[in-house]
Amino acid sequence: MGDFTVLAVSCIFVNNILLAQFLGNCPFLGTSKKMETAVGMAMAVVFVMVMAGLITWIVDHYLLKTLDIEYLRTVSFILVIASLVQFVEMFLKKSIPALYAGLGIFLPLITTNCAVMGVCLINIKEEYTFFQALAASLFYAIGFGLALIIFAGLRERIDLARVPKPLQDTSIGLVTAGMISLSFFAFKGMV
Amino acid sequence: MAQSIVKEFTKGLWKENAPFRVVLGLCPVLAVTKTVENGIGMGLATTFVLVFSNFFVSIFRNFIPSKVRIACYIVIIATFVTIVELLMQAFTYPLFLKLGIFIPLIVVNCLVLGRSEAFAGKNPPHYAVADGLGMGIGFTLSLTVLSAVREILGSGTLTFYETPIQLFGPDFQPFTFMVEAPGAFVGLGLLLCIMNLIESK
Repeated sequence: MGDFTVLAVSCIFVNNILLAQFLGNCPFLGTSKKMETAVGMAMAVVFVMVMAGLITWIVDHYLLKTLDIEYLRTVSFILVIASLVQFVEMFLKKSIPALYAGLGIFLPLITTNCAVMGVCLINIKEEYTFFQALAASLFYAIGFGLALIIFAGLRERIDLARVPKPLQDTSIGLVTAGMISLSFFAFKGMV
Repeated sequence: MAQSIVKEFTKGLWKENAPFRVVLGLCPVLAVTKTVENGIGMGLATTFVLVFSNFFVSIFRNFIPSKVRIACYIVIIATFVTIVELLMQAFTYPLFLKLGIFIPLIVVNCLVLGRSEAFAGKNPPHYAVADGLGMGIGFTLSLTVLSAVREILGSGTLTFYETPIQLFGPDFQPFTFMVEAPGAFVGLGLLLCIMNLIESK
């Protein structure tokens, strides 16, 4: 269990996917203007990231490694993620319409969310076992959601402030993200 | 239509510059710009993928059914990313190790897919190549500028071909904030602000 606690702290805080590894920054800046969209995006990412982490791990270990075609990893992973997203979208639409209405527009965006692909690649690179990969995907996704929601909360406040014109919008957003990243930076001594 | 190759090429350099103006493809911009060498390497790898994927998307634009076009684009892009990956592994191995997972992640760089979708899928190949080249060079330049700012302030060096050049005397105290994660966000935010200032004048 101790290992998993370390993994959790490391994935959620120390190596936060958004703020320390810089993956998934497009949706981070794109969907963080309102709290509502940020929560939707965070939930969609948790959902897809865990499933993608699982499936790509299986594909890598039982298909690519046994057939010795690891150079096809990039192509196969992106296809797995793209079809997974499509499948999840259709499944939700049919069976859980309420959840679909909530996540709907965010699902297609996730295909090009590099955080999902990034986590799958990290799982392979770190040579995680199946359960470690599963846990890491979940914790990374939680870290993503946490950072996104904190950021959205701050951005809603910034909207009320008077920002100098050249700094407006993305520019101040990035500086704010830098400040959050700085506070997450303090966790570095923990692991 | 007053469309010219030169125009398609130059719009990527400033007017529609990907990281700074349209804010696309930020992940590698923030992640690999610790040293100038990494920045340029990443920029060139992305340019290669952009030019070739734009070219092939444009050639096949009339054959690809519009319903499955995104999937087709991604397969084309992924092919060229794999080629870049293998080439870099063969010829620039140290750089390949430093850029790590960001090379395979060019596949999901929204800039590349964005150009296929917004431009190459609708225009003939020669324009698509010009567009890809311009966007790629604009991307490389942005990465170079940001990485130069970060490296000069953060470690007081400029790295080319594995050899860091010391810019300041031995008494220089590096501002390490800039090469760490938060510095990337703040650095890019401030560069954006400077570009907005220049634009508004």
